Amino acid sequence: MENINIAAVLARWIHFMAGVMWIGLLYYFNFVQVAALKNAAADGTAGGITKHVAPRALLFFRWAAVVTWLAGAALLGPLFVDAFLLRNGMGGIGIGAWLGTIMLFNVWVLIWPNQKKILGMVTASDGEKNKARRVAFLASRTNTMLSIPMLFFMAGGWSHRALFGL
Amino acid sequence: MKNPLDSLWGTVIAGFVLTAVLYVFARNFLG
Repeated sequence: MENINIAAVLARWIHFMAGVMWIGLLYYFNFVQVAALKNAAADGTAGGITKHVAPRALLFFRWAAVVTWLAGAALLGPLFVDAFLLRNGMGGIGIGAWLGTIMLFNVWVLIWPNQKKILGMVTASDGEKNKARRVAFLASRTNTMLSIPMLFFMAGGWSHRALFGL
Repeated sequence: MKNPLDSLWGTVIAGFVLTAVLYVFARNFLG
């Protein structure tokens, strides 16, 4: 049997599973929940979403982001630094890694702290809630935008690096 | 000018445009 790097196989598997959960929930928020909440608020049924659905979705969303990043870092292994410095043929996957890292930052620094205010998990005035709503919305939309090139560079940045002349 | 991120489809289009820009950057400026 040929020499198989079990750790790399497991890291790739976990990276994919957690990544599907992370980006899947990101797309749920942006393609489904934002519009649904607007309609639900109009007929007074938003409480079910904000009380029961959103906190649970956010729980899996933010921790899936962490697991995805850690498994990706493990997968890069000794090539981690080359990827983030965009050198030695790792520029394509490195751009994907940078985009994923910016997205992880947005989740934990911009989306989650502001969602806690919006959902009433921490005390906030109405003015603070309105500001939090705008920041969380734009950070979430930014991540949706970044996910498109991120997935392109993740998908082809290493296995199809000839596409980038690398 | 409206923020494209306020619209879902503006967000998606911005993502594709950013992909093209980053691809040109990767193709021409990375080693």
